[in-house]
Amino acid sequence: MLSIYLTSLILIPLLGSFLAYTVGQKCPSASGPVATLACALSFVATLLAGQSILANSNVSETISLFSWFSFNELDVNFSLLWDSLSLFMCLIITGVGSLIHLYSIGYMSEDDSRPRFFAYLNLFIFFMLLLVLGNNLLVLFIGWEGVGLCSYLLISFWYKNIEYAAAGKKAFIYNRIGDAGLLLAIFSLIFGIGEVEFLRIEQSLLLDSAFQPYLYLAAVGLFIAVTGKSAQIPLYVWLPDAMAGPTPVSALIHAATMVTAGVYLMSRMSYLFEAFPMLQQLIFVIATVTCIMAGVIAIAQNDLKKILAYSTVSQLGLMFMAVASGAYGIALFHVATHAFFKAGLFLSAGNIIHAMHGEQSIHKMGGLWNKLPVTFTVYLICTLAISAIYPLAGYFSKHEILLAVDEAGYLGNFSWILTFISLLTVVYMTRSFYLVFLAKPKSDLEHLHSPSFLMNLPIAILALLTIVSGFFLPETLGQFLSPAIKEFTIKPEAIGSALVHSILPTLVLILTIILTPLLIAYQNLAKVVFFFPRNKFFVDEIYNLLVTVPLKRIAGILEGLIETATLKMTIESLSATALVSSKSLSMIQNGQLRFYFALSLIAILALMFFTVLI
Amino acid sequence: MNLNLLILVSTTIFSLGAIGLVLRRNLIVSLMCIELMLNAINLLLVSFSHYNNNLDGQILVIFVMVLAACEVAVGLALIISIFKHFKSLDTKEINNLRG
Repeated sequence: MLSIYLTSLILIPLLGSFLAYTVGQKCPSASGPVATLACALSFVATLLAGQSILANSNVSETISLFSWFSFNELDVNFSLLWDSLSLFMCLIITGVGSLIHLYSIGYMSEDDSRPRFFAYLNLFIFFMLLLVLGNNLLVLFIGWEGVGLCSYLLISFWYKNIEYAAAGKKAFIYNRIGDAGLLLAIFSLIFGIGEVEFLRIEQSLLLDSAFQPYLYLAAVGLFIAVTGKSAQIPLYVWLPDAMAGPTPVSALIHAATMVTAGVYLMSRMSYLFEAFPMLQQLIFVIATVTCIMAGVIAIAQNDLKKILAYSTVSQLGLMFMAVASGAYGIALFHVATHAFFKAGLFLSAGNIIHAMHGEQSIHKMGGLWNKLPVTFTVYLICTLAISAIYPLAGYFSKHEILLAVDEAGYLGNFSWILTFISLLTVVYMTRSFYLVFLAKPKSDLEHLHSPSFLMNLPIAILALLTIVSGFFLPETLGQFLSPAIKEFTIKPEAIGSALVHSILPTLVLILTIILTPLLIAYQNLAKVVFFFPRNKFFVDEIYNLLVTVPLKRIAGILEGLIETATLKMTIESLSATALVSSKSLSMIQNGQLRFYFALSLIAILALMFFTVLI
Repeated sequence: MNLNLLILVSTTIFSLGAIGLVLRRNLIVSLMCIELMLNAINLLLVSFSHYNNNLDGQILVIFVMVLAACEVAVGLALIISIFKHFKSLDTKEINNLRG
């Protein structure tokens, strides 16, 4: 029974993708409902399959669908792992996914290529489910590559715009760098210990210390893969550009699900990272720097979606800080709450951009609070949640992360950095909120495109989830996930010392509300202060200078050396020889009968002469 | 009969045919030259047959004659149609297949 539920929960989105495209060719408006229905059915199948785990979280089952291939002594089964962690991820993917599908019906209602859009969206759900359900790294790899592909297809969905197409390519190439790391990890595991299944790798870790070098290489490879997919330094630059895609895509792929695949992978393979404390420290440093840097850049951006994108990078950094501290359950808790409020923020942003006829600059908005009441309320709730204001979901998850990081003790005397991080979030979110909704209107607000019911319903549900998830998730989630991943307990005495982290954001929020108008009033000063963050610290330019320009140089030199000098000359001399020889030989063929006879006579005589000689 | 003399005669006739084929430009003369060469061969075959007391050579001569008759029939038909087409029998002018 379980295997039927599991296969159907994976295959329904694939079927939906196919149907959405084929049905959409006849009737474009039907493709959206078909895809949404497929995603919702998948959610129902997840619930049905998860009944036993929801009742008793210790249940962990492996379902082998078929034997995939065997090579030397490696037998790879196409098998699925069904435990509390994969159930948790599946619920987020199909649940938030369904809401975003529903929203897309309204958002994309005027686009001509809707069938393609919904087919890609459902295909993404399929690959993402495969990613979190795979029982070994190879099945996970199919999903990992598949979501990268769908991300590329959806970022460059409006491919006629050259810039958008380039953004898609950028995301694809940066993800390939990460994927090379994942391949490296898989190969070193196969080469070293001959295993790709999660549970068996864990067992062999305990067996023999001779495996250490291979496992270390695998852990490093996995971390490279994670920096690519989950947008950490040094590979984070693709995520802000990925905002070129339609807004529901940004919400689903680049905020709620795909970018958190890295957190999932590191939680699943947590035992591997636990074995190398040095690597954990490195991950922690990178996550912290990413978190701060993205937060600072977000303050100085003017594009609404870019602000949210950098905010996502920053929040992902926060999750990885928790992961590096060993608090996997808490990181996954933040994955869930972040999925709710960031999807809510992105979809609200979608409503705003839709209403403003495609305008994305926050300086051209303002005064929208009474024009878009539902969007305003949702954006307000989500802003408060991401700023960690009690009692919204963000408060609980962020608070626990800060406690866990404090407890892990990497920061030592620098624990004020945590406070700084939570302040950054408050500042950039309040700024965008103020400029979009409260500031004086800068343009004519008479001809707003008001969002339809289909677009307001999903964001209202997400806002509701943001409010309630904080109350019941924190206590139960860690326990629920504990069979799959190590539980992290926070000592009671730490809670008192860290109380400052939880009160501060509220204080800062009040302070920011006072300061934001001032900050905006003294724009000229701010322009000087935020010169570097506004230009994203010139990271793209530095990468361009360090990688792209040298590569182009080398390519130019090689073109001169190989293309012109070698290839061209050989080929040209060959063709010239053929031409000259054929021209001179064709002189024999002169059409004179007597000449032919004379030639054959000479040939016969010569043959006879030589025969006699020999 | 002196064999050497016969060989000399037939070689001379053959050479005359070959030289004629190279030098003359009229197609009918070319055909006649070919006949001349075939008959030179026939003469040689008969001579050797007589010299060796073996009849095989003489049988071969009959075959060559049949062949020559066929060749003349086909050759003359070709020459007629070539003349109809080109209004000439000069091999120097009939050179449509030059490279």
